Amino acid sequence: MLPVVQLKGVTHAYLGDLEASLAVEDLNLTVEKGEFVSLVGPSGCGKTTILSIIAGLLQPSRGEVVINGRPMNGPSPEVGYMLQQDYLFPWRSILDNAVLGLELTGCLNDDTKKKTLELLQDMGLKDKAQAYPAQLSGGMRQRVALVRTLATDPGLLLLDEPFSALDYQIKLQLEDLVSETLRRRGTTAVLVTHDLSEAIAVSSRVILLQRNPGKIRKVFPVPEVIRAAPPLYARDQAGFAELFHEIWQEMESAGRES
Amino acid sequence: MKHNGQTGDAASRELWLQQMHGEFKKKKQRRRNQVLAVRSGVLLLFFVLWEAGARLGYIDELLFSYPTKVFRQIWGDMVSGSLWPHLGITVGETAVGFVLGTLLGTLLAVIIWWSPFLSAVLDPYMVVFNSMPKVALGPIFIVMFGAGFTAIVVTTLSITVIITTLVVYNSFCSVDPNLIKVVRSFGATRVQVFFKVILPASFPTVVSTLKVNVGMSWVGVIVGEFLVAKSGLGYLIIYGFQVFNFTLVMSSLLIIAAVATAMYQLVLYMEKILLSRQ
Repeated sequence: MLPVVQLKGVTHAYLGDLEASLAVEDLNLTVEKGEFVSLVGPSGCGKTTILSIIAGLLQPSRGEVVINGRPMNGPSPEVGYMLQQDYLFPWRSILDNAVLGLELTGCLNDDTKKKTLELLQDMGLKDKAQAYPAQLSGGMRQRVALVRTLATDPGLLLLDEPFSALDYQIKLQLEDLVSETLRRRGTTAVLVTHDLSEAIAVSSRVILLQRNPGKIRKVFPVPEVIRAAPPLYARDQAGFAELFHEIWQEMESAGRES
Repeated sequence: MKHNGQTGDAASRELWLQQMHGEFKKKKQRRRNQVLAVRSGVLLLFFVLWEAGARLGYIDELLFSYPTKVFRQIWGDMVSGSLWPHLGITVGETAVGFVLGTLLGTLLAVIIWWSPFLSAVLDPYMVVFNSMPKVALGPIFIVMFGAGFTAIVVTTLSITVIITTLVVYNSFCSVDPNLIKVVRSFGATRVQVFFKVILPASFPTVVSTLKVNVGMSWVGVIVGEFLVAKSGLGYLIIYGFQVFNFTLVMSSLLIIAAVATAMYQLVLYMEKILLSRQ
């Protein structure tokens, strides 16, 4: 089967008036279908840049991006992107926010609208469909953002620290909800986070990046026992703490070198 | 017994809350009445002093007229019907200048937003045109469009369009880039970005420029009428000045104040309706 994401020798430089700065260099990455991959690393290691490149929001300066076997050119509905904050549109109701992607891709009809309502119901937001974002709590809003991203049924989901702005309890609940939902739908996901335990708990592979310029330092496969458990319980599994320490050590020594 | 006691407590608490609320409302009402009383007192005092001053010879009656004479003049013009064409033409010019100014200004902002290249090219011209006193262009508009309605509306537009463009364009640019990222991640085109994000996000700004433009339009119209008109409230002021009929000048001023305020209130009301959903 074709891998969902293939990055081949991707290099990207940001060009400013004063200087050109190298964000990521010679990046090679393959994500298989149904995989949940996490990118971790210190700030400034180009995590968000990589995500923007996979999303097609950014054209890499050099290298090739292949999504589902096709070279990528521009954003496409196959790829969903979820940001750190919900960025719901305050002038639209919850349902109107959730169907935004369908509307933009011209797929909005009674059928897809009904499916979106069901998704909202799955997230426990059924009675909020006609409310406005200002009336919802942070956790609810982030769930709406998730529905908005999933409504177009993307095969690949990019998550840019989607849980980091939330309270700890809400964050754990949402991790469970997201990983359960993605597993059920067979969605491939790439998560950017600076929370190591979150990365280990939800993903099947943790990729550690180093900075100046952004590069892959090391790839850590997550053991099957941790992978099989829902994120909240994964933290209690044997081997979790060891893996956490291993990644932590590697990150520390990367920090010392740079 | 315990059960009764509890309901008693709840009832007394309810009563107490109601009492507090009643007192609070009464206090607030009293305050409102006080403000209203002093407010009308100031207005009344102004007119009384004006009237007394003119009649007792402290201020020149010929230059400043006095209220009863002014109101008699207004009433007389209303009854004889000579006021209405002047009022109609001025209100018409202001309304047209206001609506067109807002629309053209917004349209220009859209075009500039659309093409960053054009925006960069036009930038210095906009700055020059914005800092320039547009009223100085009045004579040129008169020779271009003839002395009349069109020249006055164009004078008004020269005042309203540029400022609208600048304000609206700025609000376009200050839309949260992450909101744009959201729709771009769904593969939105530039047209979609504009209609789904930029325009609705800037809508409150566009509406609030309406308020600014009402005032601007009145400036443009009155100055325009000073320059060219053969009718309108601005013309009445200039005419009254030339024939030394200051009762006419004062009455025109009062009418302008009243009509401009009414128009402003109308726009406020529109703003409230348009933004009620957010």
